[in-house]
Order: sequence, then structure tokens, then C-alpha cells
Amino acid sequence: MKLIVGQGSCGIAAGASKAYKILEEEIKNSGANIKLGSTGCIGMCYLEPIVDFIDDDGKKTTFVKVDEEIAKQIVKDIVASKVDSNENVISDEDKEALAKQKRISLRNCGIIDPENIDEYIESGGYKAIERCIKEMTPEEVIEEVKVSGLRGRGGAGFPTWFKFNAARQSPGTEKYLVCNADEGDPGAFMDRSVLEGDPHALIEGMIIAGYAIGASEGIIYVRAEYPLAIKRLNIAMAQAEERGYLNKDLFGEGKFKFSLRIKAGAGAFVCGEETALLESLEGNRGTPRPKPPFPAQKGYWGKPTNINNVETFANVPFILANGGDAFAAVGTEDSKGTKVFALAGKIKKGGLVEVPMGMTIREIIFGIGGGIAEDKGFKAVQMGGPSGGCIPAEFLDIPVDYASITKTGAIMGSGGMVVMDETTCMVDMAKFFLDFTCKESCGKCTPCREGTKRMLEMLEKITEGKGEPGDIEKLEELGKFINSASLCGLGQTASNPVLTTIRYFRDEYEAHINDKKCPAKQCKALLTYTIDPEKCTGCTICARNCPVEAITGTLKEPHKINPDICIKCGKCYEVCRFGAVSVE
Amino acid sequence: MACCGCNDNGNVAVKDVDKLDQILSKYEGVKGSLISILQDVQGLYEYLPIEALNYISEVTGIKLAKIYGVATFYTQFRLDPVGKHVILLCQGTACHVNGSKAIEEAICEELEISEGETTKDGLFTLTNVACLGCCSLSPVMMIDGEVHGKLTPKKTKEILKAIKAEEE
Amino acid sequence: MRYVTLTIDGKKAVVPASYTILQAAEEVGIEIPALCYDPDLEIVGACRLCLVEIEGNPKLHTSCSMAVTDGMVVHTESEKVVHARKMVLQLLLDNHPNDCLTCQKAGECLLQKYAYMYDVKFREHDGAYKPEYTDTSSPYILKDEAKCILCHKCVRICEQVADRQVLTFANRGFETKVAFDADMSIEESSCVSCNRCVTICPVGALLDKRLMGKTRIWDGEVTEFKCKSCEYGCDFEVLSKNGKNVAVRAKSPGEGRPLCLKGRLTSEFLNLDDPETPYIKEDGKFIEASWEKALEIEGILDKLDKMDSKDAEQC
Repeated sequence: MKLIVGQGSCGIAAGASKAYKILEEEIKNSGANIKLGSTGCIGMCYLEPIVDFIDDDGKKTTFVKVDEEIAKQIVKDIVASKVDSNENVISDEDKEALAKQKRISLRNCGIIDPENIDEYIESGGYKAIERCIKEMTPEEVIEEVKVSGLRGRGGAGFPTWFKFNAARQSPGTEKYLVCNADEGDPGAFMDRSVLEGDPHALIEGMIIAGYAIGASEGIIYVRAEYPLAIKRLNIAMAQAEERGYLNKDLFGEGKFKFSLRIKAGAGAFVCGEETALLESLEGNRGTPRPKPPFPAQKGYWGKPTNINNVETFANVPFILANGGDAFAAVGTEDSKGTKVFALAGKIKKGGLVEVPMGMTIREIIFGIGGGIAEDKGFKAVQMGGPSGGCIPAEFLDIPVDYASITKTGAIMGSGGMVVMDETTCMVDMAKFFLDFTCKESCGKCTPCREGTKRMLEMLEKITEGKGEPGDIEKLEELGKFINSASLCGLGQTASNPVLTTIRYFRDEYEAHINDKKCPAKQCKALLTYTIDPEKCTGCTICARNCPVEAITGTLKEPHKINPDICIKCGKCYEVCRFGAVSVE
Repeated sequence: MACCGCNDNGNVAVKDVDKLDQILSKYEGVKGSLISILQDVQGLYEYLPIEALNYISEVTGIKLAKIYGVATFYTQFRLDPVGKHVILLCQGTACHVNGSKAIEEAICEELEISEGETTKDGLFTLTNVACLGCCSLSPVMMIDGEVHGKLTPKKTKEILKAIKAEEE
Repeated sequence: MRYVTLTIDGKKAVVPASYTILQAAEEVGIEIPALCYDPDLEIVGACRLCLVEIEGNPKLHTSCSMAVTDGMVVHTESEKVVHARKMVLQLLLDNHPNDCLTCQKAGECLLQKYAYMYDVKFREHDGAYKPEYTDTSSPYILKDEAKCILCHKCVRICEQVADRQVLTFANRGFETKVAFDADMSIEESSCVSCNRCVTICPVGALLDKRLMGKTRIWDGEVTEFKCKSCEYGCDFEVLSKNGKNVAVRAKSPGEGRPLCLKGRLTSEFLNLDDPETPYIKEDGKFIEASWEKALEIEGILDKLDKMDSKDAEQC
């Protein structure tokens, strides 16, 4: 019998470590023969902490939202052989949400113990690299990746085989392989899930890629904000070395030896851009270099370098173990395989999901994600983070593939999906993303450094009720210019959140500018609070809570808000028990 | 001019110089290690004192200008001391959509500081950080490594008050 | 050497394959405006003013960094290009003080030149400006941060001399600035006042302080000469007004030479009618010095004096 606790960062944040400790104690106290183990994140963040029970027949029961009490109960129920009666067993609906997914890059996450290489090997791990070294030439490996149709999962969606091949063909014997694990898109955490939940998949993927391009040294550039990921990667790398997968002649064939090291990033979103990442790896300010030359020609220390992200590498062992055809059988003509999405925002079941390419956005958000939180109306989904755009309801039925998403003005990006409901202000959303890009702009090129600041100032003006006619056009002109003239991918996509929200929600911008109203009632400066004299009972609670004494009235008489004094803090609205305060 | 530790132009005694030397010897001869060095040094002092930057420059031969340029580029690095408890307020999209702005206002109100500042008593520093990745718990803040999720302004103030009470 | 043929604004250019578009354009007499480009510095592609349109390519490309290819057809002044250039210049002017009337750099300023060329004007707006900060700590260099356009030239030219590397970019994004060492004053920093940065600054952000208020480019004569302090001969200029030599300034380093303060002071001493007091830096402070000390000829003069008196005795 075995209990497995999901211990990703999110699980731990929700209390998984506490649950683990309780389980440990309870098992000890009960004297039952139950093994206790850990695993990574299964992706159902809304159900964390999650504990799996596997009985002696191999039957799995999943417990969700395991707090201290539930943890105690679980052990009791196991001892009494009545686990099914536990109230926190996962619901059929949630099970189904998992069943609708297709897991390739997350195949082991939340299932195996990431700190135990044997569990990875038992699940078929390190078979792919064995096949590559023993049976294939590097060219054949690249060909297999070509057959798979795998495209880069980090943003631009460039064919992976093409990048492998460009680095392979580049003259020189000293070449490097870099894994971009600097996942900085606010709202996307799939790379972290792989790093924490299945680090060997990344390591194996990198060894295979290293063999394919002829690079004997690999570097994983990880965000410093991911301490657990770094810890687990270090453990995994030590184990891989012990078993002869790293730093040793692989399988004694005298063909290939690969070394790997970790370099922690230091907090700069722009370092997700490959040339900025290289600068950072070399110990410099992470500012992008002009391209061409591309990293495949002149990369790390001027040597040919291939850079892919975590999810891309995690797919590679699957492709080499099962054949490119097996991967290509999933997905659409233009976009093969699966994609991991991080569902967040106003959604019922937030978390990580991996689905075949081509599934509709509706199916992902409503079928798997359970729909909009509090059953409010769907307004838009932001895809691709600060480089992406907002996709409105009219496109809910488009399939997720590179071309279809790009057509909407958004991008696939790394797979962040932030769901917005009717209470989300689209101008405010655009401002949020631009504020992010503006802070993360490296400052090197003029359009991005100066332009994003000016766009942000205009959006601030609009949300403060100081917008003027013509502002929308100015935003569009500046936005298009920044996209066309900036040095790197960050600047070239910086305006997308603004341009797409203008494209689909122009009326909201106009309401802010012309009517000085925020339809979603989010922009404070544009709100007016009033008290309905019919509903007001004169209880005085609003007046007592108003921080600026803007509310006047006598006991048991309707109260009034003086708009000149009101600072629109919303306290009166919150405290009124009779629904008498309204906001427009 | 080895002296008391006064803050004049370099040449000032550096605290824990043995530990600093250990860090520097770990990266000796490894090119491109500046960021790793700064990360380790910040791990030692909690921030990057200018004396330490001067010392790094002297020992490694990396010019002070370059070190400063790198240290001010990345958000992880701090050139000023921080409070005893560092509040990391998540700026991820999910947190924003779920009201992190109101949480920031609550923190600022309770502690009478703005983002990036340290309270006068040196107890708290508030720093906005990129997505902490606990999106389903949003809005989220992390204090001393512990995540506090599903925050409301009220809950946030209570958490801060509890820490203050413990300190008294 | 392999040559390629391309067309720039309808003109045929045959240039070495290693050339960039900007270099090729120069060959055929077409000037492409650029603020961060300098043939002697590493290419950074930062200012984005030299953007050009390449047929068959939807994006604009920086001509300073883009290599030529055979059959390439380039437009350097198409509508799209001109619009982009105007936008770049507008963004720079939006964050630049409207100070040309009294700016020492007026007449030589590249931003001024291109703003005029593309008819871009200062715009009144309520947006943020760079903080105004003028570093007057050095008697030789004046740093006016509000005028900096972050072209990166000063940092790159300083970096070229291994034992200097005093300048760096600090911070990032809109807050980016040029700093001396750990953002110290020029006086406190390890700057040796060679003025390489001053020679290359395209605007009035780094100025030769000994020139200020004396003359501007259109106001008098400029005569080039070579410094004679050492055998390399860096290029200098003497500026004269009303028949008087009022200032000397460094123009560019000689082949393989870094420029130096001693050479500049020597040139001042030899060329100016009324040279200002020299300063030297001791322990991070600028102090007034005698010319003998500043030119490091005290020992020589003493010896000459002694020899003179010996000669006199012998006579």
C-alpha cells in the first residue's frame, strides 16, 4: 500500500507539506504498512493538496483538498479498509476532466517520484536515448523529430528539427545546447511543472538533442524564483550521472558523452529571448543582440548554439521512443502533438492541462476547466501572456493550433490562458500587460524603451478618465510601430495585448474615453457610488466605515454620498447589508 | 586605507571576508560567472553592499562598472538592506485579475510604505515579484518563504498584524 | 574576397559580401541616418533609426547590422521607412529637453540634424521625462543625463580600453542610464578624463567642459591637428573665435591609441592663447595643478634648470 503526496510548488503552497507530515505521523501511530512517497504536480491546482492512495492490488484512489483533518481521516479509512467512503475522494467530474487530456510532455508529472530515477526508468525513461545511441545516427534522430512535426513550445513555434539541423550543419566542433527554463510569462507555469515533476524527461530530451546537433555540453537556464525546480534538477542530474547518462561515454559505444549544468537566472523576462538569454549566460546584462547572426551560427561564446524550452525537450524522448509518427498522429496538420496550457483567472478549475492540438478553446475552458467561476459570463481569454492577445467569445470554437491562434492576433506563446469574465475591464487588462512589458523592457532599443512607456501613460490616462478623442488611434499607431521596429521579440510583440483589445473591445475604450465610464466597473476613477433611498434603512454603517466622511445622514433616514469627497474606495458598497449602495 | 567600515570610496573593510573569498574561489577561472557570484554574495549578505562589489572587482578583475550594470539590471539583486520579513507580492496575471492591487493597497496602508520600501522599524520590506506560480490560490503573497493565498485586504492585514504582534 | 551585387534606392552597388547594408549604401553615396552606429564600435542595433525596407521581407531591418546578399533590393527612404524614422525621432525628442538654443552641442548634434531632416518637432506632453541630473564634478567632462539618448556609444568606446571600462548602462527599461562605475560622480569614479566618450557622444549628454560657453561650431574656426605628446598622434581640434584660439578638444583616438588627458592638456598648452588652469585627480578629488605637474614635466624642467645654470657657470 502506498500514499503519494503531490508536492509541486503549488501543492506545497496549498499545504501539501503539512499534509505529508500528518500522514507520516498517522501512519506511524497506526502501525499500518503504508509507504509514503512524493510526486510532482498533476495539474489540478484547484484541488490541491492531492494525495493518491494505491492499494495492494494497484487500485488508485485520489483524495483532494487534503487538509490536516482529512489527512488523519485518510489513514483511518485505509486502516478500516473503507477509503471509498472518504468525503474527499476525487469526484467523477474531476476525473473526467483529467481523462479528456492527452499527456505527452506531462506524462509522468504527478505520477512518478521526481527524486527517484528508478521510477522514471520503470516508466520507460532513458530508453529513447539508448535507441538513439545504439541504433541511430544524429541525422536519423533529426529526421525522426522532423517526422514528428514538433514545433517549439516556447513562443514562436519554430520547427524543432529545423533548429536542430541548423546547429548540426553549422561549422565547428564546439557547440552548445541550452534549455530555456526562464519561464517568465505571468500566468504560465508548465515548465516548472516538468522541472519539478519529471526532471529526467528534460535531461533525457537534452541528451538526445545534444547527440543530434553534436553538442557535448548543455546548460539549463532556470528562473531563480524556482528553487524547488533547481533542487530537483540537481538531484536528478546527480542520479543521471551515477547511472552513466551524464558525463560518461553513453552505453559504452564510444560515440557520445554529454555534460549538463544549471545556471540560475536573476529575474528578467527579456532573458526568455534567446540572444538575451545568451548574454545572461555569459554573465552580462540580458540585452538582446541583433539577429542575424542567429544562435545556431553564433551563440554561446560565439559558438553554434541551439536553444529550446522545457516543454519542447520533454516531448523529445517520447518521439524517439515511440517514433515521430506516434507524435504526429496527435494534433492537426499544421500543429502536431499536444500543448500544455496553464488555465488561470476567472475559471472554476484552474491548473495545468495538456490537450491534443486542435481542441477548441471552448472545450478547454468549459469542458476541462469547468467554465467560468461563479457562473458569470465569459468575456475573453488572454493567450500568450504579455506577447499575446485577448481572444473574445466569438472565437471560442476555433481550434488551438499555431495558425488559428495567430489569426486572432494572439499567439500560442508558452501556453498561458487567462480567462476573463464580464467583470474584467479590457482596458485595465491591456494596461496590466503593458505595465509588465514596460518594466521588463531591457532599455536597449528606442521603440520598446520609450514607446511602451508612452503607451502605458496613455492607458493610465484613459483608465483615470482623462482620455481624449484620438487616443485610440494614437495607441494603434504607436503599437504597430513598436511591433515593427523593435530589436527583439519582446518589443515586437509588446503591443499585442493593446492592439487585440482595441480590435475586439473598442467600445470599452470608447466608453472610458467618451462617456468616462468603465463598463466592467473596475477603473476606480470612473465609478460613482450612490445610495438608493428606497433601500437605505439609515443603519449608518456606511457612514461609520467611510474613511473620508463623504456619507451623511441621520439614523433611520436615507443616507447620501457626496461625490466631491468620495474617494471611491468601495467600503460602503462592501459593508451595506441592504444592497442600497450601487456603483455605476 | 583599511578603516572602520565607513562608506567612502571603496577600500573599506568588508564583513565576512572569509566567506566572500570562498564564494570567489568557487568561481575562479570560470568565465561568465558574474551573475552566479552576485547571487551567492546576496545569499551571504541579503543584499549587495557596495563594499562587497568593490571587493569582487578587486579580486576577480571584473570592472566595477560592469558589476554595477549587471546588479541593476536583474530584479533579483538589491543594493539596499532589506527588512526582517520580506513580503513578495505576486504580480502574475491570475493574481491581477483576482484583485492583487487591493492587496497591495492593504499592505501599503497597514505598513505605511510603498512597493520596494522597508518599514522604519526594519521589520518589513514589500517587493512585487513576477508570477509565483500558485495561480489557483490567487491573489497570493509570500512572506519568509510561506505562501498566503486567497487573500482579501482584511485577511492580509490580519496576517501582517499577527507577525507584528509576534515581534513585540 | 567575394563580392555581391545589390540595389539600393535604384542604384547598383557591388560590395564585399562582408558588408552591411549601411556600408554598402555609403559606397554608393547614400547616407542612412544612424545614432548608435559607428564603424569603429561593436554593432548593437539599438537606436533603430537606420531601419530600411528590403524587398520580399515584411519586416524592417536595421541596415547597420544586416549583411548584404546577392540580388537584395533595398529602399532607404520609402514611406514605411520614413514613417518609422519619424516615430523613432519623435520618441527620442519626447524624452529630451527642448534646449537647443543654449545647448553646447547645437549645430553638431545628430539628434538635431535628423529631427530637422525628417521634420520632427518637440511635442508638449505630460508624460515622464528622464530625471534631470547634471554631473559637474569634473573640470573636464560634463554629464547631462536628461539629454542622453542611450545610444550606448560612450559605453562601447570606453570598454575598448581594457583598463578603463568606467562606463556602463545601469538599471533597465525607461530607467536605463549611463553610469560611471557604481553610479558615482565622475570625480569619485575611476574615470581618467581621456574624453573618448565625449568625442563620440552624438548629443549634448557628454560634453567637454573646458569648451562650454566659449564657442559653438558655427561661431568660429575649427582646425584639425595631431597631438604630438607621443608618436601615434591622436586627432584633435583647436577652436578659435575672433582670431583667438579658445579651446582644444579631442576628435578621435589615433590608430591603436586610447586618447589621454596628458595629450589633451599638452595640446591645450601649446595651442591656446590663454589656457585654463589644469586639474589632476588625486585620491578621487580633482585638484588644481601647475602646468609643470599636469604635464608631468617637473623633473625635466628642474634638470633643464640645473643644466642651464651649469652652462652659465662654464661660460
